[in-house]
Amino acid sequence: MSKFKNKKDDALPAVNTASLPDIVFMLLFFFMVVTVMREDTLLIENKLPLADQVEKLEKKYPISYIYAGSPTASFQERYGKEARLQLNDKFAEIGEIESFINAERLAIREELRDYLTVSLKVDSEANMGIVGDIKQELREANALKINYATGSGSALDN
Amino acid sequence: MAKRSAPEVNAGSMADIAFLLLIFFLVTTTIPKDSGINRKLPPIEENDEDVIIKQKNIFTVLINGKDQLLVEDELMELKDLRAAAIEFLDNGGDGSCDYCNGKKDPASSDNPDKAIISLKNERETSYKQYISVQNELVAAYNELRNRRAKLIGPRRGFPDMDFVKMEENFKDAKFTGNREKLKEIIEEIRTEYPEKLSEVYTK
Repeated sequence: MSKFKNKKDDALPAVNTASLPDIVFMLLFFFMVVTVMREDTLLIENKLPLADQVEKLEKKYPISYIYAGSPTASFQERYGKEARLQLNDKFAEIGEIESFINAERLAIREELRDYLTVSLKVDSEANMGIVGDIKQELREANALKINYATGSGSALDN
Repeated sequence: MAKRSAPEVNAGSMADIAFLLLIFFLVTTTIPKDSGINRKLPPIEENDEDVIIKQKNIFTVLINGKDQLLVEDELMELKDLRAAAIEFLDNGGDGSCDYCNGKKDPASSDNPDKAIISLKNERETSYKQYISVQNELVAAYNELRNRRAKLIGPRRGFPDMDFVKMEENFKDAKFTGNREKLKEIIEEIRTEYPEKLSEVYTK
């Protein structure tokens, strides 16, 4: 028998996992910093169209979101495939936009009310009928600053 | 009694706890991507007086229900729209626009201030086509403004900056240059090439 032979030679040394928590914490902090809490649970498909001449929405002014698109698979039985409107966490009718905008206005500080921007997050497969209706309602509610939310990419690929 | 050293806390489950938190944040948060095309809707006016605009100063873009483009009553591909819009805006037909580089065709727009792009869509038009067209029209304005900014920018102390960059810098809190001067140039270029995009609202 060799003198240098290990007594328990078939056991592999365990990998040191002492730094694993540090790595995971690093990932955790990264995600905590770059992400924000989900505002609304989407009940509709929401694949935004692409555009490259975009401007950033300024966060210092209040923003309201209006979603539109065809309902997701679990809602299609009840609501069909036609594009629908979503305000906050539920489906809504076009006529509810005005009261929604008024409620949003009441929730923000008075001096900022004129700066309310409405961000339209409309699915790229929706048609302009619903978008035109939304725009008409917004004009009636006198919420004239709008923003068509888009992804970034070449518009020719849409 | 003999003094005992404090036993070490077992930190083996630290990783599990951190993973749990990590997964919680992965699920409940989203990476924000708030960018898009800004637009102003026209207010509803009581008295609708028709303003008379010369036909040659209007550039009509119609998107039909099959997503085809009809520009000035001719079919056009989306990729050609930007160039056509630039040619129309930059025409300078009446010679009052000394910064225009267009053909000065008297049958096209008089000057960028008078040139209006009119966009019309049908209910069946798809949203993505509409956004693409909006994007191309904004791109046409941006291209003209960028060209202007590259020309007058260096003379006024802002070299290597196109119009989009100027606007970005103006909004950027970390920008160290002369903000007042920058604003002046931005306003100047905006009046030289005003964005006159009107949408037809069917009642």
